[in-house]
Amino acid sequence: MNRRHLLLASAGLLSGCKILDEGTGRNVLASANGLSYRAQRFLGGGTALAPEYSMSDIRQSQHPNGVTNPEDLDYQALAAGDFADYRLSITGLVENPISFTRQQLINMPSRTQITRHDCVEGWSCIAKWTGVPLSLVLNQARPQISARFAVFKCFDTIEKSLSGGIKYYESIDLIDAYHPQTILAYGVNDQALPVANGAPLRLRVERQLGYKMAKYVHTIELTDRLPGNGGYWEDNGYDWYAGI
Amino acid sequence: MPNGKLIYRQSIWTRLTHWMWAICLFFLLLSGLQIFNAHPALYLGHQSGFEFDNALLVLNPFPGWATIPSYQDLGTGRVVHFFFAWTLVGTLLVWFLASMLTRRVKDVLPGPSDLRALPADIAAHAKLRFHHTRRYNPLQKIAYSGILFVVLPLMILTGLTMSPNFNATAPWLLDLFGGRQTARTIHFGGMVLLVGFFVIHMVMILAAGPLNELRSIITGWYRTDEGDEA
Repeated sequence: MNRRHLLLASAGLLSGCKILDEGTGRNVLASANGLSYRAQRFLGGGTALAPEYSMSDIRQSQHPNGVTNPEDLDYQALAAGDFADYRLSITGLVENPISFTRQQLINMPSRTQITRHDCVEGWSCIAKWTGVPLSLVLNQARPQISARFAVFKCFDTIEKSLSGGIKYYESIDLIDAYHPQTILAYGVNDQALPVANGAPLRLRVERQLGYKMAKYVHTIELTDRLPGNGGYWEDNGYDWYAGI
Repeated sequence: MPNGKLIYRQSIWTRLTHWMWAICLFFLLLSGLQIFNAHPALYLGHQSGFEFDNALLVLNPFPGWATIPSYQDLGTGRVVHFFFAWTLVGTLLVWFLASMLTRRVKDVLPGPSDLRALPADIAAHAKLRFHHTRRYNPLQKIAYSGILFVVLPLMILTGLTMSPNFNATAPWLLDLFGGRQTARTIHFGGMVLLVGFFVIHMVMILAAGPLNELRSIITGWYRTDEGDEA
């Protein structure tokens, strides 16, 4: 928050009214999220691992939320062919824009982890995730020095508006993108990732809440700034940093 | 009503932090109920049973008058909650520091003499017979120190235990509380204790003489019973 924002924000506080609406008053309160982000990064650094659980902690299938069956025609066509024609594209601030088939991703070194999925709503669910570390995929694309964020673009239309459908998207910083537990998962609980959980590929960012973990990912764009507020839910009032 | 001397009872630090806590806890409670309403069920253990049953309590959502915002808006509820959580922690730190530096922390810590006087104090409270003295009575000390040293730290720690990033930083908190969902349940229980404290706090103020009590927590000046050595 720069000085101008601070002044505007204090003006909003003084005026007192509409403090919780989309406005300067809300921005003052939301600045606590930046404090949480910096404090958590300071305390935990970039490397602390999320707790991992044992097989006996898996007591149910992964509870699906949000979009569970995209109606988008391009997605439906890929799903009908068991994602044989699916491609993951890495674009943006990279030296080597590249794309992968699902089989190419599966052939790369994999990581399997039993972790707890925490939804912003308050519930948790433990499952075993298998996928390729995002760092390996990004390394092949060779991020440019100016890249700061990874933006995940998805197949699923999460909201239909008058100006057309809004597709789900999300973003994380490169600290989380290169975290060893950050994987592009193609399997859950020893099965191929089901459509309800984001087939063929979903993100796992184990130190943040569920809405950061985009499902149905088709493109990862590296950028030096966030598009919009950094994600579909962020555009609807959720905090960009969801480690809390 | 007391008709003894007016004494300067509450320091500026006590009064400032008292009202900061009042504001923080008001917003934390109402935004907390907003957050709770997104999934109004409490569980024991690490996770929430969808295909098995580990629910301790399943409630109806709290009504709009009890939440901030009054309509369903989880994102704003979280923004409000975390802002006032930081403010509460800052206020607690200020109070701890000021209490240590001014050596007033013992004002709220019950000692052996308080425990000896406890039965008589309980009897006096039961008869609604209040003594207006410079010092807090044993029940007050137990209530205030219980909130400041037990319930509020417990709320902060269980709140942090719900943070997936803080779980990576301090996984021992998950072990301490028995899992994220148990921590969430304890967080809710702490809220019930705080609301209970607030209700009793209000009843006691009304019973002990609200104008005198309010004056002391606003200006610091408190009228004692006649004959109380001030």
